[in-house]
Order: sequence, then C-alpha cells, then structure tokens
Amino acid sequence: MEIKNAQYVKNASGENCAINCEAESVNISVPLVASNRHYAEILKQVKEGTLTIADAE
Amino acid sequence: MALDRLGSNAIADLAVSAADIAAGTITTAQIADGAITLAKTSGIGGGDNNVIINGAMQVAQRTTGSTGITSSGYYTVDRWKVSNSNLGTWTMSQSTDSPDGFAHSLRMDCTTADASPAANDDLSIQTRLEGTDLQQFKKGLSSAEQWTMSFYVKSTTTGTYICQLFDNNNNRFVSKSYTVSSANTWEQKTITFPADTTGALANTNGNCLIIRWYLASGSTYTSGTLQTAWGTNTHANKAVGQVNLAASTSNSWRLTGVKLEVGDTASAFNHRSVDEELLRCSRYYQKTKAASDTYKHFGLVFIGADVGGTSYGTLAVPLVTTMRGIPALETTGTVSNYALWIKNTNTALSTFSVDSGIDDGIIHGQFYLNAYGSVSAGAGSCGAVRANNASAAYVALDAEL
Repeated sequence: MEIKNAQYVKNASGENCAINCEAESVNISVPLVASNRHYAEILKQVKEGTLTIADAE
Repeated sequence: MALDRLGSNAIADLAVSAADIAAGTITTAQIADGAITLAKTSGIGGGDNNVIINGAMQVAQRTTGSTGITSSGYYTVDRWKVSNSNLGTWTMSQSTDSPDGFAHSLRMDCTTADASPAANDDLSIQTRLEGTDLQQFKKGLSSAEQWTMSFYVKSTTTGTYICQLFDNNNNRFVSKSYTVSSANTWEQKTITFPADTTGALANTNGNCLIIRWYLASGSTYTSGTLQTAWGTNTHANKAVGQVNLAASTSNSWRLTGVKLEVGDTASAFNHRSVDEELLRCSRYYQKTKAASDTYKHFGLVFIGADVGGTSYGTLAVPLVTTMRGIPALETTGTVSNYALWIKNTNTALSTFSVDSGIDDGIIHGQFYLNAYGSVSAGAGSCGAVRANNASAAYVALDAEL
C-alpha cells in the first residue's frame, strides 16, 4: 500500500488523535489503533524507514 | 406375506436402490427425530453455510470501476482486494458479465502488460476473513474439517491458475490449482482443500484467513513444488504453474459465485438479498455520498458540540452496523470539499479526522470524528458537516482487514 503525506492530527485536548495521509488514491484519517489495517501499514513502513510522519500543525 | 419389521443386517449393501422406493412412501412421521444428522445433508444446500461475504459481487460501495491500479488496495467490489506487487497495470470493475443466475462479477483487465515478471512480482485477488467466522472448520484440532471452495471463473487466458488458503495466524498455507479450459467462457470450479490439524485460527476479529486467486507471479513463488497440503510458509511452493495473465493487454479475468464451506462437497450457492449482503459488507466499510447534491449533508451532526473559541466540532456518525474495529475516515479531494454548517453559515473545513482518543472512537453505535473550521458560533451550538459545493465528496469509514 502506497502511503503519502502522513501527518499527525491533534484533538482539542492537544493530544495526537489520528494520522492523516493519502492511501489507495483517497484521503485517509487513520486511528492510532493496531487493529486498523492502515495504522498497521504505517507502523510497518515507518519501521522499514520508507515513511516519515510529520508532526501536527 | 407382510413383514412388521426387518432385523439388523437384513438388507445387504446396495440391495435397495432408488428405483425400489416409490415417490412419497417415506413420510416425515417415519423418520425418527435426530435420525438424519447434519453430516448426511451435505450437498442439499439448506441454510446459509457460505463464509464468503459478497461472493456474488453484488455490493460495490466504493465505485464500480477503478483504472490505473498498480498497487494493492480495495478499489471496487466490497471485501475484494487487489494485491499487486509490480505486476502490470489493471482496471478493476464490478462487471455485469456473469453466468446464468448471477448479475455481477469482479473483473480485472490488464492495461499495461508485464510479459516477464521479476522474481518477486506478484498479482492476486484476495478476500480476508475474521477468525470468529471460521471456527466451524476446527483448524488446529484433531477433528479439523476439510474446506470446499466453489466459484465461477471466466478468462481470456486458458491454463493453470492457483487458489490458496493462507492461515495468517500461524503462517501456513495450502495451494490448489484449477484449469481454465475454454477462453472467454464461464466455468464453475470446485476445489477441496485438506483439513489442517496444526495451528488453530484465533477466535478474534483479526485477519486470520487470506484467500488468494493468483493471476500472475514471479519465480520466487513458482520455482518449487505446489504445496497441496497445509504446511509452512515456503514462498517457492505458493503459485507453481500459474499462468501469466499480465502477459498481454488483451487479457482479462472474471470471478463470481464464490463459496467456501465446511466439508468435501460443494453445495448450491446461497443467494443473499442485496440488503443482507450490504449489511454484512458494512461491518468493514460504510459510505455516504454527495451525489448530485453539491451541498449534501452526510448525516453528521454535532451533538453537544463545542464550536466556540476552539473552532472545532465533534461529530457523531451513526453506524449502519457495528464495525469490525475502529475504522479509518476516508474522504476525497481537498479538505475544503467539506464544510461546517452552523447557523445557516457554510465554513470550509481546515482539518477532518478520526479521534481515537474518544473512547476508542466508538460509543453506543456511533463513531466520532473531529472537524475543524474557522467558526465562532459559540459553545454548545449545533450544526452539521456537509459537502462544500463538491459533488464528488463523500464520507466513508473503513475497517477492512
């Protein structure tokens, strides 16, 4: 799965609550839970060094 | 002379044939309760014993056609995934080309060929199943059951194809071949996979079983001996003999009527209604579209929203059914294709996201999202998220495996 432009998103409490990115030709907001296939893929690509997640704005 | 009853062993094997029993002579009253066990009803087709979801390719919430596919993902028909590792470019569609008794099929058309795949290249169509739906196969037990797969296939390219069950919990697989005998002709195939007394499937909502229909494969996966009994994950034995469907842009492949059931006999396909199949698919993917209404509301309302100085809203998304797990939010285009609608004012969103911090996102049949926009409507205001003059805008939740 090709993932691009990954960036953390903060909620109103100032905590990281999601990673927004592009995947499978659409925009995806990914929950930070291991059972989600997008999050599992992000963790895999970060570990392999092929993806970097930008900090939240 | 009339006989009241026969003693045991009075009728030798094969002594009574079907021609000896007149129609209607065996009534319900003459069969004792429990005398006919489930094992003796195999092949009759009673009940819905198919563990495949959307096997008739009826539901395509994402879209009915997707072009330029070069990587893996879910593109068209629900629950059916393309796995493509550098093996051509494809169009995937929900086709109306189907065998008698079916209305749709999954279709793959090659648009950029790869006549000589590199060693690690690989192309397959997959569906993935939760372990909770597979316990009846008793995998890993001494009483493990066989698996019978039946499906209709139509291809431009005759020859040997590989179908595989992959146990994602224990890293084991079994592959079987089937033959497309006639080009451009619907053929029904039945494959019985052996039972596996090693490695139980977890009784969880995770990705426990991957079913692959190979379409092409590099030598890494074809150089060994096809592994037709369950065994460890040896790449070379996965797709031995598989034809290269990617060899020409004239090539295409279609699949429908897919059924996987317990035992060694294929029973008739269980035709489900569209709404029943859609409900099953909604456990993994739910979508609402703007369609022709460029300012369509998505049914996403603020409930007790805080949209004052913080300029954000927390949205409750009503779920069609409980989803498999915490879903991702899927949208299209730019975030400004979506707007907060508060007090008759439309404000483009600056951020639209899930919030895995709110009780893991799911509360009482609802899923919560955060929408940020430069609004100052005051704390406690109510509103909604809608399309912002964007007919292509949609909101989807994805909890696929």
